[in-house]
Amino acid sequence: MNSKSSSAPAAAPATNAITSPYIRIENVTKRFGSFVAVDNVSLDIQRNEFFALLGASGCGKSTLLRMLAGLETPTEGRILIDGQDMTHVPPYERPVNMMFQSYALFPHMTVADNVAFGLKQDRMPADQIKRRVAEMLELVQLERFATRKPHQLSGGQRQRVALARSLAKHPKLLLLDEPLAALDKKLREQTQFELMNIQEEIGITFIVVTHDQEEAMTLATRIAVMNNGVILQIGSPTEVYEFPGNRFVADFLGSINLFEGVVESIDGPLVVKTEAGPMMELEARGEVSAGQKVAVAVRPEKIAIGKERPSQSMNACHGQVVEIAYQGSVSIYRVKLDGGYMARVNAQNETRSARRVIDWDDEVWLSWEREAGVLLVDEA
Amino acid sequence: MKNGRFGISGRTLAVAAPYLWLLVFFLAPFAIVLKLSFAEPLIAQPPYSAVFEWTGGLLPRFTGNFENYAFLLSDDLYINAYLNSIQIALFSTLLCLAIGYPMAYGIARAPGAWRNALLMLVILPFWTSFLIRVYAWIGILKNNGILNNVLIGLGIIDEPLDILHNHFSVYLGIVYSYLPFMILPLYANLARMDESLLEAAADLGCRPWKTFVSVTLPLSLPGIVAGSMLVFIPAVGEFVIPELLGGPDTLMIGKILWNEFFQNRDWPVASAVAIAMLVLLVIPIVIFQHYQGKEAGDVK
Amino acid sequence: MNRGVSWFNVTMLILGFVFLYAPIALLILFSFNAGKLVSVWSGFSTKWYGELLYNEQILQAAWVSLKIASINATAATILGTLTAFALNRFGRFRGRTLFTGMATAPLVMPDVITGLATLLLFVGIGWARGMSTITIAHITFSLAFVAVIVRARIASLDMSLEEAAMDLGARPLKTFIVIVVPLLAPALVSGWLLAFTLSLDDLVIASFVAGPGASTLPMVVFSKVRLGVSPEINALGTIIVLVVTICIVIAATVFQRQERRRAIDDQMAQRG
Repeated sequence: MNSKSSSAPAAAPATNAITSPYIRIENVTKRFGSFVAVDNVSLDIQRNEFFALLGASGCGKSTLLRMLAGLETPTEGRILIDGQDMTHVPPYERPVNMMFQSYALFPHMTVADNVAFGLKQDRMPADQIKRRVAEMLELVQLERFATRKPHQLSGGQRQRVALARSLAKHPKLLLLDEPLAALDKKLREQTQFELMNIQEEIGITFIVVTHDQEEAMTLATRIAVMNNGVILQIGSPTEVYEFPGNRFVADFLGSINLFEGVVESIDGPLVVKTEAGPMMELEARGEVSAGQKVAVAVRPEKIAIGKERPSQSMNACHGQVVEIAYQGSVSIYRVKLDGGYMARVNAQNETRSARRVIDWDDEVWLSWEREAGVLLVDEA
Repeated sequence: MKNGRFGISGRTLAVAAPYLWLLVFFLAPFAIVLKLSFAEPLIAQPPYSAVFEWTGGLLPRFTGNFENYAFLLSDDLYINAYLNSIQIALFSTLLCLAIGYPMAYGIARAPGAWRNALLMLVILPFWTSFLIRVYAWIGILKNNGILNNVLIGLGIIDEPLDILHNHFSVYLGIVYSYLPFMILPLYANLARMDESLLEAAADLGCRPWKTFVSVTLPLSLPGIVAGSMLVFIPAVGEFVIPELLGGPDTLMIGKILWNEFFQNRDWPVASAVAIAMLVLLVIPIVIFQHYQGKEAGDVK
Repeated sequence: MNRGVSWFNVTMLILGFVFLYAPIALLILFSFNAGKLVSVWSGFSTKWYGELLYNEQILQAAWVSLKIASINATAATILGTLTAFALNRFGRFRGRTLFTGMATAPLVMPDVITGLATLLLFVGIGWARGMSTITIAHITFSLAFVAVIVRARIASLDMSLEEAAMDLGARPLKTFIVIVVPLLAPALVSGWLLAFTLSLDDLVIASFVAGPGASTLPMVVFSKVRLGVSPEINALGTIIVLVVTICIVIAATVFQRQERRRAIDDQMAQRG
């Protein structure tokens, strides 16, 4: 079963409301003194989902994760796992395991003892523990390292021990707190795929907390974007990226050009008159009325850049190249539009050439399709 | 974590044991000292009068008096001892700082292999008997002691120097005994200091001495305060050093308290002396605790 | 880059260590003096060590001191560790400020005050004075020192280790025994040793609370020293210095060997 393929935006698991959700977070609030870390969050997660909580540090995502693990108790609200109320169940009685950001490997125990730790707490017979530990070490390809101590392992190996340890008890739910943050970029990418494969192989519900949007989009079938203790949007990676629901989400995932403006006309295609950019025409999404203040978001890679004036009159504007950043596969142009807006354009470097077609200070035209613009109606 | 099923969690028990211990054996005794400082001495067992009398009312009647304190104030001996203790403790602290700071700095900046060895050399005397180390100085300083013998043998002096049983030997004894207490917190502070700060200062054109004054010294202030309090507070109440190395005119409150208690058997006056000393030390102790809390990672 | 160690620092270090160690060196030297004077050398002899062995009073006192010191060290390590946890891990609780105060004040409180206060308590409640009162008084101030050492170690411990253990199904008490205690072990050992030496070293508090019955080693030494210097005390001092030095050197060597092994392990880990 490929969990990724079942996650086309139209068939997002959240819409599957007939069966009761596997994990239900109900109006959960967590306060530390006067600080509200998690603010009235409700969230349903289905069995076997790979779910990501995405947000900047301090947004409340880790607190939410720790409440699922039982390491924090919600100030208000309930947490249900597989139909059972877990709100006040201590961590050592929950069918939930966690992979810690620091890995939290017990430094005085060998790799095998670390993996066996949880099983021993359940008083599993010794021979079964042995078999299970061997199985888990095989899963993460660390059979050779069973007798080593954690400090005798490299960062990537430690990460895998932590994963094996948290999976050994076959929890109903695995929580991963920034699982890849301590690894370097190359290893991180490789491990992302390993994590996905393992999740598919063993079929456990994963919830991962991360601040890295690429990681969230690669790993997860659904993403919840959090800020200030509130979930701003839940959806598949494509949904949250291509159809951000508000300014924060649009801006947090990738880069974006955000044009503030006023709705000009709603008859036919929606037309927005922007303050610092051109007239824009877009597919209507959401209920708006003429004269309403809105914003239009356009992803940099959806914009075409050229020296010729495009044929269309809408979604096209003239400007001057201010900066060019060559990044190998793409080049990023910063273009000052005639209206004053500083736009960002990502262009694929499709041809192999040492000479740029477009150079600094060149006069250029930007244009994009009607579908590229996203209408955002939340208050700025 | 939530409380256990029986209402009392292991956590509560874990706090309660040391808490009660300290309440009973550390705090309560001070209340008794305070109470007793208002009593009168008696030739009895125990040798003091009652301070509260039960007269049948709701509250016991206070029958104590302030005579012990009046007595302390009326006699020059006590006031001089008080001032003397402060003076000796203060100058000893400054001396410890003057000797200890360069030593701590030297250890903190020493090459890694040396650092542990040097630190161990500072700690070692701290673990060996304090009494014996003070005693060692008697053999060195007395009239026909090692130092005088050597100096006379070398022909530097003809007459033995009078260097035992006076203020000098008390200073020497305190600095000697308390030097490790100054070096250790200073070292802890200096070793933690980010060396790139010094490199940044040098990079910005600061000369080494200027860097020390404008970067190292201000950043090491917490270490200086901690070390100074660790020396000053116990030094004020020091008994062994003035007793063994001091002369008859070396009056210090610790010695006065001891004598009131053991020789005069005047427990109420000894208590009044203790309270007077505590009043003096309250502010330094609070400063020390503030620092100590920060060091030990107190929750804010 | 000049690491900032100047000649001035080196000189101060040398002078400082000479100052710290010269008296101890001379003490040891004159413990082997044949004559009765501890300032005039009159030939090598170990006779003072022999006399020490037959000094009933000193042996008796040493035995008392060792008993008190070991009970004290054990109790202080337990109570001090609990104190450290209460202060570093339990967040806020009622009376925390008072608790912090009581747990740090003994570190600097002059011995004469502590001694007098504790004695008055025992007299007040009619507790017979002797070994038990000395032990209790010692535990009270030793636990504060243990707490300092353990707190430093707790502060450097990754809290998620405990959380991980509980997450994997270990109850709080089990977590404490299986995870926390082994990780705290170095601090517990040094806390125990410190409490042991503090007790062995205390004269003033013991003198106040001892009563007529029990005499500790420092009390006997003090009464002898007050009468004048004696090579026997030098011999005793030498033994103490020797024992302590051996203990510390062993501890340091073990520690350093662990460090070295760790360094090799780390290299191994780099290679995979």
